[in-house]
Amino acid sequence: MGALMVIFSLQPKQRRKTTDSVEDELELSAVRHRPEGLEQLEAQTRFSRKELQILYRGFKNECPSGVVNEDTFKDIYAQFFPQGDASTYAHFLFNAFDTDHNGSVSFEDFVMGLSILLRGTVQEKLIWAFNLYDINKDGYITKEEMLDIMKAIYDMMGKCTYPVLKEETPRQHVEVFFQKMDKNKDGVVTIDEFIDCCQNDENIMRSMHLFENVL
Amino acid sequence: MAAGVAAWLPFARAAAIGWMPVANLPMPIAPTEKNKRQDELIILNVSGRRFQTWRNTLDRYPDTLLGSSEKEFFYNEETKEYFFDRDPDVFRSVLNFYRTGKLHYPRYECISSYDEELAFFGIVPEIIGDCCYEEYKDRKRENVERLMDDQEDNKDAKLPNMTFRETMWRAFENPHTSTMALVFYYVTGFFIAVSVITNVVETVPCGSAPNQKEVPCGERYTVAFFCMDTACVMIFTVEYLMRLYAAPNRYRFMRSVMSIIDVVAILPYYIGLVMTDNEDVSGAFVTLRVFRVFRIFKFSRHSQGLRILGYTLKSCASELGFLLFSLTMAIIIFATVMFYAEKGSSSSKFTSIPASFWYTIVTMTTLGYGDMVPKTIAGKIFGSICSLSGVLVIALPVPVIVSNFSRIYHQNQRADKRRAQKMQKARLARIRLSKTGSSNAFLHSKRNGLFNEALELTQLPYKMNLSNQGNTEEEKCLSKSTSLIESQHHHLLHCLEKTTNHEFVDEQYYQQSYLEAGLQNYPSQSPSLSSQDGVTGTCCTRRSKKRHTPLPNASAPAHMQPLTHTHTHQQGLQELSTIHIQPLSTSRSSLNMRIDEPAPLNCQSSQITTAIISIPTPPVTTPEGDAHLPAGPTHQNVVKVSAL
Repeated sequence: MGALMVIFSLQPKQRRKTTDSVEDELELSAVRHRPEGLEQLEAQTRFSRKELQILYRGFKNECPSGVVNEDTFKDIYAQFFPQGDASTYAHFLFNAFDTDHNGSVSFEDFVMGLSILLRGTVQEKLIWAFNLYDINKDGYITKEEMLDIMKAIYDMMGKCTYPVLKEETPRQHVEVFFQKMDKNKDGVVTIDEFIDCCQNDENIMRSMHLFENVL
Repeated sequence: MAAGVAAWLPFARAAAIGWMPVANLPMPIAPTEKNKRQDELIILNVSGRRFQTWRNTLDRYPDTLLGSSEKEFFYNEETKEYFFDRDPDVFRSVLNFYRTGKLHYPRYECISSYDEELAFFGIVPEIIGDCCYEEYKDRKRENVERLMDDQEDNKDAKLPNMTFRETMWRAFENPHTSTMALVFYYVTGFFIAVSVITNVVETVPCGSAPNQKEVPCGERYTVAFFCMDTACVMIFTVEYLMRLYAAPNRYRFMRSVMSIIDVVAILPYYIGLVMTDNEDVSGAFVTLRVFRVFRIFKFSRHSQGLRILGYTLKSCASELGFLLFSLTMAIIIFATVMFYAEKGSSSSKFTSIPASFWYTIVTMTTLGYGDMVPKTIAGKIFGSICSLSGVLVIALPVPVIVSNFSRIYHQNQRADKRRAQKMQKARLARIRLSKTGSSNAFLHSKRNGLFNEALELTQLPYKMNLSNQGNTEEEKCLSKSTSLIESQHHHLLHCLEKTTNHEFVDEQYYQQSYLEAGLQNYPSQSPSLSSQDGVTGTCCTRRSKKRHTPLPNASAPAHMQPLTHTHTHQQGLQELSTIHIQPLSTSRSSLNMRIDEPAPLNCQSSQITTAIISIPTPPVTTPEGDAHLPAGPTHQNVVKVSAL
């Protein structure tokens, strides 16, 4: 009898807790960010004024508060890959865009990243890719880091692939990658090895120019 | 793909550069924008109110009116704007959907006008955002119910050409439809009442002969009561048989609650007829008479309130169960306590724990008969605690039952819940469908995009003889079927496929290949590493499936035969290129077989066979795909044939 009464009296307290957390969330979302002026961004990036306008409109549409946090980033990226799980790769991508590591991507970060990817020299693009793979930013790509990235990429394919994805597929792919890139066979790939190797590879060179007409 | 996200497509494509160093295969060409026009503002004039938006905003949803070329029908040349003679207030929500990707339902809007506007603009209501979806569904349900009520009133109108059976059934179900039905209704009601009263009066002691003890009326006027009983049972039997005959679905009728009650009501009489004059079973016969009281339940056909009470009890089964359970717990606890408390006292009525149950029940329900009373002080203390807690335990679930009753009485909740569940499932199914729609769109366009494959592979060093005329035709076909954003999205997914050297397939295909992978043991299925000897080993061991049938132009000369898989070798990258493209092409040719699928129709007629003749040895292939390319590690065997 007493037990029942105790149980019933507990319930209202839980409800109070949830309302508190909702209020907390409301406060957090009041964070806003306004980007630097258009002229400054024009000077810092290789985009024209019109292109910056288009980019900002799209950016602000999806993130009215002006900053993207990691969850929103993952959601957005996941919409492009409906069959697989893009969250791990989006996490790495987020870290690559969030150059000042403050947990959110502002419009400046976004546009800087895009400027390198779309309008940068091949050298810059390769450096960007290296930074993406180098998860702990120590200047070396180890096999574990590469394996994480590879698994993230394969996760985006999802389950329904042809041929059926096996457990060791990412690992084998990493082996191929290291065979190609790791010239001195020391188990890590440095940035010079990486850039050298990519510059000698026709496929990679050609594909670097693939997305230039994106905007 | 959601609206605002389309604006992020350039970002996603740029980020794809991250895959490039990892990929081992060449990437497909990016789709180019043929006539890239600057984004322009378009004016939408809706009944005089002008809305303006970018053209790209509307293009996000190409399967709606505003996003497709259907809006050209509404273009007004003189004023250079699109004129719609519709409600501007609702149009606000429609346009906001394009802008934000979320559809909202304004509360002040009438549900049917809103639905009409959505239907006009080609928007499916299922995508209403979660914030407004409940409201929308509630209003819609009310509307539907109101319509149904109106219909039910009309339903009673007699349809022409109803068979006699159907008329009878309708008369039974709706007594107010005809006078005969009404008469029948009242007659049966009267006889139910008579039968019940008879049963009751039968047991009343009525008058006695001077030297005998009182006898109940039933034994005094046996014959009269027997006649009455017979008459009632006959009426009930006839009624039951008539209902059984008229029922549209007899089996379902026999299983319904009311018919079971009918049967139980009349059965004792017949059993009694069979079993008379047998002293041994007369005891049982008497017991059977108890079942005659079930005739009173037949009144529920006549009373709506009784039916609702029955529904309430059924729907509150869980609360009633809880009540019962907690009562049982309390009874056992207190009975035990009282038993041990009263054990000491002499001449105590609490002889055992089950005997104490009676005391506990009587006390907890505040009846207090007083036939069992505690005598010790401990017993009295625990007894008072028992009665106090009894009040609480019984008072708790009762309001729940009461509110249930009122809820059912007002809203007919049970049927709604069932309908709502179906709707919810349907809605989730539709949302899932639109989500898989995007991936299906990619798979679909892949088949159409096979031309791009052929074109792109021709860029590699040693091939070609692809006629240029072929190029432009197919490109034109493709651009008709997909919008630019879609083709860019598909290109992105295509790049991912190339990076990982696996293909996206749909669920069904995956199941098939998964099963087959289980059945046939391949030496290795993953993208194989290089080894010059392993060239043919890995690629050619994969037998093509039996479901492949020869292509129509299989009669072409050997080097023109459609292969079921291909190789590409490249000079400088031997170790990488042996990762076979073969998986892609097997499925491609299997897709080829399904030529009747909705592929770009104009392009079907022009069959292109690109043949790259290899030196020195033409491959010996059969369409069945048991193809073994002669493995010469030094040969550059490059054969790619695709016939579509």
